[in-house]
Amino acid sequence: MINLERRKALKVGGSLGLLGILATVGLFHPGMAIAKDGKSTFDAKTLDEALDALGVVLPESNVAIRLTVPEIAENGAVVPVTVESSLAKTEQIHILVEKNPLVLAANFVFPEGTESFVTTRVKMRETSMVIALVKADGKFYRVAKEVKVTAGGCGG
Amino acid sequence: MGNPMKIRASVKEGVTEVKVLMQHEMETGLRKDADGKSVPAWHITEVKAQHNGRTVLEGHFGTAVSKNPYLVFRFKGGKQGEKVSINWVDNTGDSRLDEVEIS
Repeated sequence: MINLERRKALKVGGSLGLLGILATVGLFHPGMAIAKDGKSTFDAKTLDEALDALGVVLPESNVAIRLTVPEIAENGAVVPVTVESSLAKTEQIHILVEKNPLVLAANFVFPEGTESFVTTRVKMRETSMVIALVKADGKFYRVAKEVKVTAGGCGG
Repeated sequence: MGNPMKIRASVKEGVTEVKVLMQHEMETGLRKDADGKSVPAWHITEVKAQHNGRTVLEGHFGTAVSKNPYLVFRFKGGKQGEKVSINWVDNTGDSRLDEVEIS
């Protein structure tokens, strides 16, 4: 789960600066690009790495996001996920699987006129939290649900 | 060119709902085959849906999207007979474009 204390510490910063703090906690290595776009964040191997790469500082839980996932996934290779946001100015929805080797599963960008709703199917290696991150009006919000997996989905 | 997608688009009360089933192995790169060799990563990385020349959805996929990716999304507007097109690109540079008429 996200260590909220660490996230607040990163925000405070101090004289080391953000990159210095991240190097201290082992999240940043010289040569590793911290990118705010969807693509290179797919290399994140922990939830905190994925959130840092996305530029999420302190996501807030929010009930205006509806995350629909099965309680138990019989087949971890095909787990249906639906995310619907009723937050104004929803721009993006990201789907993360906390215990997957690569945490960020997908992200979607919604131009104006497109409903903030998406259904897809993801692979889950093991029982884990599935997290929906919604970017609305420049801020990030999140909702998470646990999905129990009886047969893991990465084929290994 | 990749394998064809199955797309259904239908409009109701001013909102077009699109369901897409893409055909793609979506290999994570973490799997080993029967000889113990790693199967290389092979997966769709980007998806773009357009209607009347306008992008209505953009998606970025990692390796954790299931094999034969399935997507459902909805956008305002669209009339019967107008076209919705879906285009995907994968990590080898392969791509596929299919379109369907809104019913």
